[in-house]
Amino acid sequence: MTKIPLQFRHNGRDVAIFVDGGTNLLVALRELIGDMTPKFGCGQGGCGTCSVLIDGELHLSCLTLAETVAGRAVETLDGMKQGPNLHPLQRAFADNFAAQCGYCTPGMLMAAKALLDRNSSPSRADVIEAISGNICRCTGYEPIINAILAAAGGRASA
Amino acid sequence: MTRHRGRGMASINYPIGMNLGGDPSQALVHSNPSGKFTVALSSIDLGQGMKSVTRQICAETLGVPVEDVYVDTADSDTGPHCMGSFASRGTHRVGNAVMAAAREARGVMMEAAAEELEVNAADLETDGRGNIHVKGAPHRSISTKDVAIAAQFRQGKTISGRGIFLVPLSDVDPETGEMSPATCYAHACLVAEVEVDDETGEVAMVRMDSAYELGRALNPRLVEQQLVGGAWMGVSHALYETPEPYYPDPVHGPRDFVEYLMPGPGDICPHDIAVLERPAPDGPFGGKGPGEMCANPVLPAVANAIFNAVGVRIDELPITPEKVLRAIKAQGGARPQARR
Repeated sequence: MTKIPLQFRHNGRDVAIFVDGGTNLLVALRELIGDMTPKFGCGQGGCGTCSVLIDGELHLSCLTLAETVAGRAVETLDGMKQGPNLHPLQRAFADNFAAQCGYCTPGMLMAAKALLDRNSSPSRADVIEAISGNICRCTGYEPIINAILAAAGGRASA
Repeated sequence: MTRHRGRGMASINYPIGMNLGGDPSQALVHSNPSGKFTVALSSIDLGQGMKSVTRQICAETLGVPVEDVYVDTADSDTGPHCMGSFASRGTHRVGNAVMAAAREARGVMMEAAAEELEVNAADLETDGRGNIHVKGAPHRSISTKDVAIAAQFRQGKTISGRGIFLVPLSDVDPETGEMSPATCYAHACLVAEVEVDDETGEVAMVRMDSAYELGRALNPRLVEQQLVGGAWMGVSHALYETPEPYYPDPVHGPRDFVEYLMPGPGDICPHDIAVLERPAPDGPFGGKGPGEMCANPVLPAVANAIFNAVGVRIDELPITPEKVLRAIKAQGGARPQARR
């Protein structure tokens, strides 16, 4: 199969790779770029752990054709921390015990970031809506909801 | 269409670890020349926090800061044998093994320190901050780092310890049939309030109030996260999860997370938890294990709450809308029971 040249911005850095036609963005990120932060959960859009931001919008990378991000900006969890410091959301997840096994965490953080980037003071219902496409098996969601609300509160008061 | 509220409760005993004895786990503890300690386990931390808890247990037993202990898990090639992370056995079984290993390592560490300080090991104590000193004479002190260096490079001693925990086998008394299936039980009581829609058969969780007795909570925040998440899994088992949901042919079974139902963030309810601590005599520092028993009381409490709400007794899990609706139809309509 012919390889397709693909250029896009990955966490603020220009990247250029060759992909097979039909390659999904999750595979491109993990296997060709080496960014292992988006996780493979179901590969069918049912679990949310592969979530990334494309031009600031939340997308499931397992259901996104890699070719469609040409020239666009892709953000993953790998780009979330600010230099040596954790992003306020990451800090809030740690402080609120919002992760146990951690497999859903990358997707949860990206979904939360997509929410807070467009709504800096979300309601509890907004938070629930924002993470409703992400499955967590361990936490019972409550600590995750609390962490996102805490991060939003901290940002609002800062 | 009416939505009926109902309240149900359930109490459980949960035996920690596998019943009838045996069920061993091993641990190895050794110091590095830096004075830090490594705990080697083949046990697995799936996110419950066993790594944190065994680290605390090791540090407390050795008498060193928790920062000075590193726990290496999940390698059955190089780690000592463990039966596994299941049956709520991690804290109790593995914790006890770590405690035994750390106690042996502490013995060697104190001997090595005694040789350096030219005193009797029985006269020494640890300060928990990385120093060993003569009892009543804190200035006659040596750091664990210096002890480790002396043991490694001068005395030729390994500051290390081996630990295993094994519950004695329990035989059946031929006369009475009596036996001791477990040595340690955790307990829980949970009240669930639900709302049942008599037109759709849907059950919504309204709130839960619970009390869990799990020995000493060695790490209260980890215990809390276990209870919150575990109770959610109980709701999941009670109302949602099944590999072959409604029909006998597996062809109709769920193939993915879209069809294998679990409650999402919008389906959870407020849950007020009280943690009761009654230290277990044979637990590490009194700890039992808040594992599976987080989920267990939720299932019968929800079934009872549904009975209280609409008068139908569903005895097959999960309690799907279909089962609720068929049962309501079979008895000719919802029959709310007296509120308790």
